[in-house]
Amino acid sequence: MTGHAKAGRPNQVLRNLNSKIASIPMILTAVVIFFGGTIWTVVYSFTNSKLLPRLSFVGLDQYYRLWAAPRWVVSIENLAVYGIFSLIFSLVIGFVLAALMDQKIRFENTFRTIFLYPFALSFIVTGLVWQWLLNPEFGIQSVVRSLGWTSFTFDPLYTPSIVIYGVLIAALWQGTGLVMCLMLAGLRGIDEDIWKAARVDGIPMWKTYLFIVIPMMRPVFITTLVIIASGIVKVYDLVVAQTSGGPGIASEVPAKYVYDYMFQAQNLGQGFAASTMMLVTVAIVIIPWAYLEFGGGRNRV
Amino acid sequence: MSEPQGARPRRVISGRNIMLYGTLFVAATYYLLPLYVMIVTSLKGMPEIRLGNIFAPPLEITFEPWVKAWATACTGLNCDGLSRGFWNSVRITVPSTIFSIAVASVNGYALANWRFKGADFFFSILIVGAFIPYQVMIYPIVIVLRDIGIYGTLSGLILVHCIFGMPILTLLFRNYFASLPVELFKAARIDGAGFWQIFLRIMLPMSLPIFVVAIILQITGIWNDFLFGVVFTRPEYYPMTVQLNNIVNSVQGVKEYNVNMAATILTGLVPLVVYFVSGRLFVRGIAAGAVKG
Repeated sequence: MTGHAKAGRPNQVLRNLNSKIASIPMILTAVVIFFGGTIWTVVYSFTNSKLLPRLSFVGLDQYYRLWAAPRWVVSIENLAVYGIFSLIFSLVIGFVLAALMDQKIRFENTFRTIFLYPFALSFIVTGLVWQWLLNPEFGIQSVVRSLGWTSFTFDPLYTPSIVIYGVLIAALWQGTGLVMCLMLAGLRGIDEDIWKAARVDGIPMWKTYLFIVIPMMRPVFITTLVIIASGIVKVYDLVVAQTSGGPGIASEVPAKYVYDYMFQAQNLGQGFAASTMMLVTVAIVIIPWAYLEFGGGRNRV
Repeated sequence: MSEPQGARPRRVISGRNIMLYGTLFVAATYYLLPLYVMIVTSLKGMPEIRLGNIFAPPLEITFEPWVKAWATACTGLNCDGLSRGFWNSVRITVPSTIFSIAVASVNGYALANWRFKGADFFFSILIVGAFIPYQVMIYPIVIVLRDIGIYGTLSGLILVHCIFGMPILTLLFRNYFASLPVELFKAARIDGAGFWQIFLRIMLPMSLPIFVVAIILQITGIWNDFLFGVVFTRPEYYPMTVQLNNIVNSVQGVKEYNVNMAATILTGLVPLVVYFVSGRLFVRGIAAGAVKG
């Protein structure tokens, strides 16, 4: 398809001119915003910018300060806990639901609709609903207590040591439906003959899933992992809506740290350093996968 | 695709089925409960909320919380309810969706059918850029928008949505156009059609499904956005999500849980309607869009 314009036009720049003009928005976005913007932020993370960005370099000072800040350390710990658990639970819950849905059940459409609708809702809506459900005065705790179990305690959003799990519950409610859909598509892509062969060989169903089906679904798992992982790093709205980072600083996350330092505390250097750390995390975790999955082949997605 | 069972008829009530449907029902309850609680709470008066439990259906149904959430709830100095945020969100979502899809579809078409030297290089930057956390690029964009004089306005936010929608939409369209038969394109070339003619007369009419997917993706994504709304607009232009959060999480005053829940449902309504109307296409849209950012 690319060869058609090659025949002996003299001017290289004018060749395919319409296509080049049409691509200007893409080129500007890629070069100026994505590439330029990222470099800009990384460069300014080595300065002591406060209220306004300015180029007076201070080496790694912002990074030392960042890692000495308890709030940042808490953010990273929260992200780690939230990330690990949401990866594990999303994959397990999503896969189990998909496997159940794959058993030729009745009302499949109804169940799928129910499992997926939370994904249509924003993190703000999700956070506010779960804030209400987990409200100790009125929510689940108070309902269970009114049933006679008066010492029942379930107030994750008000207990610093477990607040991040309260956020996790809401996040799983919102996101597992999508994981289920992706997994179900993967399961549907597996040849019926595989099941028959396993059946003939007398392999129990759970073993078939674990040792035959799941390895065959590797591409689906990778796609899902990338999707979940990129969602984890940018978790922000949910925390803002559900806890505002509290109690105290117990549910802070990196994305919120960045926002607060850039736009509230007017400490740009810290914001840039923190966002650069987010960039590094993503680069290490996601970019190799993303390249394999989405950059390499056509006709994916 | 369940296990092959030969000719043996299946019993409707079996241990396996009870387990299967039992688990599905328990899971369905977990997913439905918040919606139920939202609706129930939004229909109660405050005295009933203080006394009763959140799962109990309302004794006296009242729509007052809904009216208040829409028309008179306060954020800061403004007391015109969520209606302002709703119309802001409409004014943001509609042009953002149209512009981003128009630009990205042409980009995707150029990449699939008219590749020029270097096109793939820029496209790679674009795709890698989609994985960079927004936080890294926010401040440079603030500066750019300020320099061209649209920081804090709706147009600024619309531009931002177009920028961040571009990677995934371009990928979506590129892959779709690349999957169409090449012969069509070649035949049109031989007949003397040019870049725009082929796009408008041949590609567009054939790509309705992918446009629907893109529209679903953009409407839900932009409507649900919070971060860009906070960063790039002034309070009078806040989208609905930002305004909702400000109403519910405002520190001063008595918390009106019923109004809060009505407001929350109102904010979720547009994406929910899109979801129920679009059915299976929604899954394709969000599966593509989940990679965004």
